[in-house]
Amino acid sequence: MSGQKAPITLPIAKAITAGLRDAMTADDKVMLMGEDIGVLGGVFRVTDGLHAEFGSQRVVDTPLAEAGIVGTAIGLALRGYRPVVEIQFDGFVFPAFNQITTQLAKMHNRTSGRVTMPVVVRIPHGGGIGAVEHHSESPEAYFAHTAGLRILAPSTAQDAYWMTRQAIECEDPVIMLEPKRRYWVKGDVDPDHRPALSPWQAQVVRPGTDATVLAWGPSMPVVRESAETAAADGIDLEVIDARSLAPIDYPTIAASVRKTGRLLIVHEAPVVSGLGAEIAARISEDCFYHLEAPVLRVGGYHLPYPPSRMEHAYLPDLDRVLDGVDRLLEH
Amino acid sequence: MVQLLDADGTRTPHEQLDAVLDEHGLASPERLRGYYRDMVMIRAADLEATSLQRQGQLGLWASALGQEAAQIGAGHAAREQDYLVPTYREHGVAWARGIEPWRLLEMFRGVSHGGWDPNELRTHPYMIVLGSQAPQAVGYAMGLQRDGLVGTGDLSTDTSVLALFGDGASSEGEVSESLTFAASFQAPIVFYTQNNQWAISVPTEVQTRVPLAQRSRGWGIPSARVDGNDVLAVLGTVRTALDAAREGEGPRFVEAVTYRMAAHTTSDDASRYRPKAEEQEWAEKDPILRLRRHLEQLDQIDEDFVARCDEEAHDLAMQLHHHIHGMEDPDPVHMFDHPYAEPHPIVAREREEYLEYAAQFDDDEEEQA
Repeated sequence: MSGQKAPITLPIAKAITAGLRDAMTADDKVMLMGEDIGVLGGVFRVTDGLHAEFGSQRVVDTPLAEAGIVGTAIGLALRGYRPVVEIQFDGFVFPAFNQITTQLAKMHNRTSGRVTMPVVVRIPHGGGIGAVEHHSESPEAYFAHTAGLRILAPSTAQDAYWMTRQAIECEDPVIMLEPKRRYWVKGDVDPDHRPALSPWQAQVVRPGTDATVLAWGPSMPVVRESAETAAADGIDLEVIDARSLAPIDYPTIAASVRKTGRLLIVHEAPVVSGLGAEIAARISEDCFYHLEAPVLRVGGYHLPYPPSRMEHAYLPDLDRVLDGVDRLLEH
Repeated sequence: MVQLLDADGTRTPHEQLDAVLDEHGLASPERLRGYYRDMVMIRAADLEATSLQRQGQLGLWASALGQEAAQIGAGHAAREQDYLVPTYREHGVAWARGIEPWRLLEMFRGVSHGGWDPNELRTHPYMIVLGSQAPQAVGYAMGLQRDGLVGTGDLSTDTSVLALFGDGASSEGEVSESLTFAASFQAPIVFYTQNNQWAISVPTEVQTRVPLAQRSRGWGIPSARVDGNDVLAVLGTVRTALDAAREGEGPRFVEAVTYRMAAHTTSDDASRYRPKAEEQEWAEKDPILRLRRHLEQLDQIDEDFVARCDEEAHDLAMQLHHHIHGMEDPDPVHMFDHPYAEPHPIVAREREEYLEYAAQFDDDEEEQA
């Protein structure tokens, strides 16, 4: 995309492709690894065209072995490469869990800072696409719990492009959760102007006064819609896109809660021991005297992700978010 | 099984390996005496570390007693530019690599998670989660390919990777995945497994139904099985394998058959599961004794040299003792130094919280003073 006049309109998947292409052009140490990412262009076609452009040494079709993919990426990073790994679906990251949590996350610390691990693990994230089991999960809490990892969750094409670039530039390992349900939703991308907002900061995407609603990635559209619907009923919601899930930008969230006095957290992952619980606890601690109501959560149930004909009831939808807002305002 | 020195130290001719050893001067009398000294030194350091653990100076120690030839041989088989990827029991390999024993002890004492710079010494940190290092080793080897450091014909710069793991770790899925990646990409790597017969209390028979060296053949990776208590056989076999890998011939697999004479670690009680007769049988195959007998046959060793080695080994043990006793605990605030390479607001916040909390105790101490 370099050289094009900004901004341009791209679907999220293609914004990531552009981010990968521009990162690979800018730095010849950047390389891609994963199952079917070469000639096929990935199961979601996110790497489409990059194999032809950069060749099989930089866009590597790997054997079907997730621990091997992440493990070899660690070894390549030791040699000075910046591997970007694609995990085909969220539920397939668990065979690589050991390499990510005991190795990738800890190598910098184990070596007292002598080694950096600039590895990006891209994971198509979340449900709502009518898929079979293990294709619709939200594993962010597992990784957010592990020190040494960073997690980004873009919800717009602009963030998808820039977070891809910034994750690759980061000297720490980054998990990129890509909202797969939204891959083909278009948005404006400005590849020529680096955003002023850091990727590690949350963004107030709609100012409001009555309550704060916080979400990320695939939950953002429903939360934005809920704010518009609530506005018609005279309820003024402030909406925050968390963007970074590790670290979480507490100052931005806390400033909003101090203004509105109420916080609703929406995510697809089960609420039990989920990231919402962590945020609720921290905000309760930091904003206790400003809270007009307990922090509430709307999310998945304490179940394995259900078969797809039931997923509409599992995923937070407009009505469940608005129900959460009502409960929040009842206090 | 490849063997160049029998239990009496008599050298058996081996056309291919003799040529390799002779060509590089790896079996010269001077080198042989060097390997003998290395093995004596690392055994003394090992025994001293066990004592230090018993004295409460180390949280744990994983002894490599009995595996000196398997480790000194492999360590010296690597060329200077090669990258070594060890498990947590490779003290002899580390010694051959020039890593001072006290640096190994940092981890077992609990003052750091790793005591050396992996890039400077071209040796990966010790690995606790068994087998996890194997795919990393393959990835490093894939990097060497991309850097153009394989198969150029210049053995002084072409580089390979030596991935070390035990018979227990060979059961881990990541080792199998590593073989897949290495074979698929023809990575310049040698998988070197020291089969020391026991994975804590579980014998090799429960890890594998065939000799480990046979396993890699299913991946199309050529392999060798070598007497791990024979330093020359290990040296020649591993050097041959590493050179093949660096020349672009793809991965190799070497199984060294040896024996862990001590328990798994200082927390383990080998007498609960291991027959005494087996330990006695292996004691007779002692790798240090074998090389000494060989040197005696060559008339290349005398009592003076043996005594000098023993004295140096004693000095090393004393140095270790003093080093550990003088090793101060790091200030706990250093735990916050390196979880991330780039600034992290939550770590910064928790660091400040810790410092504030810890400062209360400084105030208390001042009041008491």
